[in-house]
Amino acid sequence: MSGPSTYDPKSGLEKWIDSRLPLPRLMHDTMSTFPTPRNLNFWYTFGGILTFCLGVQIVTGIVLAMHYVSTSALAFNSVEAIMRDVNYGWLIRYVHANGASMFFLAVYIHMFRGLYYGSYKAPRELIWIIGVLIYLLMMATAFFGYVLPWGQMSFWGATVITNMFSAIPVVGSAIATWLWGDFAVGDATLNRFFSLHYLLPFIIAGVVGLHVWALHVPGNNNPLGIDVKTPQDTVPFHPYYTVKDAFYLVLFVILFASFVFFEPDFFGNPDNYQPANPLVTPPEIVPEWYLLPFYAMLRSIPDKLLGVIVMAGAIVTLVFIPWLDTSRVRSCRFRPLMKQFFWAFAVVCVILGYCGAQSVEATAFGVPLVWVARIATLYYFAFFWLIMPIVGLIETPKKLPASIAQSVLGDSAATPAE
Amino acid sequence: MGAVGVAAVAWPLIDQMNPSAAALALGTSEIDIASIQPGQQIVFKHRGLPLFVRRRTPAEIASAKAVDVNSLPDPLARNANLPENAPATDASRVVKPEWLVLIGVCTHLGCTPTVSTPQQPEGEYGGWLCHCHGSAYDTAGRIRKGPAPRNLDVPTYSFMSDTRIKVG
Amino acid sequence: MRLTKLTRNLALGLGLGLLASHAAFAAESATARHHPKHVEFEFEGPFGTYDRGALQRGFQVYKEVCASCHGLQHIAFRNLADKGGPEFSEAQARALAAAVKVPAEPNDKGETTDESGAPLTRPGLLADRYPSPFPNENAARANNSGSLPPDLSLIVKARMGGPQYIYSLLTGFHEKAPAGFKVPDNKHFNPYFEGWTIGMPPPLSNNGVTYSDGTKATIDQQAHDVVTFLAWAAEPKMEDRKRMGFAVLIFLITLAGLLFAAYRRVWKDAH
Repeated sequence: MSGPSTYDPKSGLEKWIDSRLPLPRLMHDTMSTFPTPRNLNFWYTFGGILTFCLGVQIVTGIVLAMHYVSTSALAFNSVEAIMRDVNYGWLIRYVHANGASMFFLAVYIHMFRGLYYGSYKAPRELIWIIGVLIYLLMMATAFFGYVLPWGQMSFWGATVITNMFSAIPVVGSAIATWLWGDFAVGDATLNRFFSLHYLLPFIIAGVVGLHVWALHVPGNNNPLGIDVKTPQDTVPFHPYYTVKDAFYLVLFVILFASFVFFEPDFFGNPDNYQPANPLVTPPEIVPEWYLLPFYAMLRSIPDKLLGVIVMAGAIVTLVFIPWLDTSRVRSCRFRPLMKQFFWAFAVVCVILGYCGAQSVEATAFGVPLVWVARIATLYYFAFFWLIMPIVGLIETPKKLPASIAQSVLGDSAATPAE
Repeated sequence: MGAVGVAAVAWPLIDQMNPSAAALALGTSEIDIASIQPGQQIVFKHRGLPLFVRRRTPAEIASAKAVDVNSLPDPLARNANLPENAPATDASRVVKPEWLVLIGVCTHLGCTPTVSTPQQPEGEYGGWLCHCHGSAYDTAGRIRKGPAPRNLDVPTYSFMSDTRIKVG
Repeated sequence: MRLTKLTRNLALGLGLGLLASHAAFAAESATARHHPKHVEFEFEGPFGTYDRGALQRGFQVYKEVCASCHGLQHIAFRNLADKGGPEFSEAQARALAAAVKVPAEPNDKGETTDESGAPLTRPGLLADRYPSPFPNENAARANNSGSLPPDLSLIVKARMGGPQYIYSLLTGFHEKAPAGFKVPDNKHFNPYFEGWTIGMPPPLSNNGVTYSDGTKATIDQQAHDVVTFLAWAAEPKMEDRKRMGFAVLIFLITLAGLLFAAYRRVWKDAH
């Protein structure tokens, strides 16, 4: 919770800096003494992990930019030069490429955590909305970044996604031409995507600052979803959560390193090791895995403009969640009915991702996957617009514990199962 | 005054993203079509896009002419040489019936459709099949089946001679 | 609570069932390429390294069989002497470079062609990259009945199925086309290629190459060696990568252990 600062500078240097720029005070209040609920679990470590991911992407990205050439004639070869000739270039490139996947893995876990524990509910609505903005910026950054190596998938993915804008009536074509800087994806497009790819992460960093600032007003939510009532409910962020976050961060980095060093092309597509060719379309155009669910939604609608609207709607829907959920109980631990729908939603997202990776004519057990995607899309929207409002009203939640401290420290009956 | 000032500053920053003079200049292509045999298609590059030039056989022309325009998913000619509301009759899709000149970009999501030949038929309508999402075009490049909303575009072009066309 | 377990188990079961019944999933045309053959390479897996002998033999196959049509533009002659690769000696690499003609810079008169109009060439140096067999795409197509032989520097990473796919392709030419299947002129039957017809004629033949180390040059052996070479060409830093990977993982696991101990100590009384 934000309150008056308890910072008391000890050394002369600290006093000198703090009286001129209260940065030491800020560090102390937000990362050292900040009262944090004592029952935060594993799922709460991903905010810190995400900050780490952003830092890694920015550092490796800036280094890559020292060697990368953003002209269509040279882009692909400049990446190969990084992989072969630049000292440790292969390492930096693989960290950056796999880092993007790890970044999205962490962000999806982070978002699902927020959905499950009701972290979007009052008074944290704005944190959630700022989070959706960060997610959007991440998707744009990743999309621009994937175009830069100028492989077949880079070029054709850019073509497909930018063509979506031409679906807008009247001005669509003009917008697409303006985005391309030419009559089709080409040199002009590549150069500006590089410029934007370099810019957006810094905007993300700024918005992340707002995200954490907004969080520090009410303080963290917690797995029980009940408010902090007394100081016994909390512990200082340091050393309790610094050490816990550090430990889980290292586990995350172990997973990250396993991909970078032993399966660096696992998340990638072989077609992107072929230089872009505007005259040859790859048999399957697929985005990176983290965009697959939205790609599945787009393709499941036969009408071009409606497909774009549905896909955009899926992301815009997220903004309204704080008001769509009518339950007065935050955490799904105490919401037996909502919990089922939540897990079904998680499964539906995975199914959508699977459909997005398959070809449009694909079938499973004789059922065209495009119909599976349609039903899954229906559930996606129903989950937010129907299930969240209705279940909140009709559900009988379980009894909430009296306080966090009592639930964690007290010798009463075991906390209700997850 | 303030609004005018802001607009005056903003416009160059926005317009710089539109195609540059160099890009616009590369907007015209002159193409030699002498070597194309009947029933054959060659793909050229025009404004960075695939350009299909197909020399149609009499059978292909006849089957295109036989189609009822009202049954087409997209009834408009999509021909840059004609007014917007021209119907998609076979005549409105060509300048000379034997030569079909199209922008080879599927109107669904931008992939390059594969041409259908007697040795390797693609799609049921004898024209093109787009392998990305199954759009099938006929021998006049009109969409017949699949998610593509529009017929393949016919660019601005004219015959400089019997063997040379100027596109764009 | 029981309902939750049931729902979750149902979801898990559905998921696993779907995964297990891969055969029920279909999207393929009649002439979809066959699954690549099951063949293992010694460089695969977390402990895999490139076999030096295979790399050197594979390079010989590339040089004598493939280089007439396929470029290798991302490999420089100096790479042949690099650690983690074929590890020719520097003298050997220099000799291999000198045996290849690369486009020369303009001479003192500023000419780029000789009297007969052919482009000027000079012997290769260690710093030169492998020259492309054709000056441009049109020349490549003209010389190959309209097909474009792809550059091979990245081919192993650029194809689904990787080394297994390339190996199957190279050894798949002897298989008979099914009755009634028409192979167009200038194309060859190969069921491991999408559409079953490929522009490349069968490149390998028994004893088509005489290995300098005396290994018997069966088609199988040549395919195995050239695929190993091409895998290195696509990923010359693989051995560095795996070695560093082990060091990093050991470090991280140790660090995780230490942090876990610290975590338990800090939280001892707080739970």
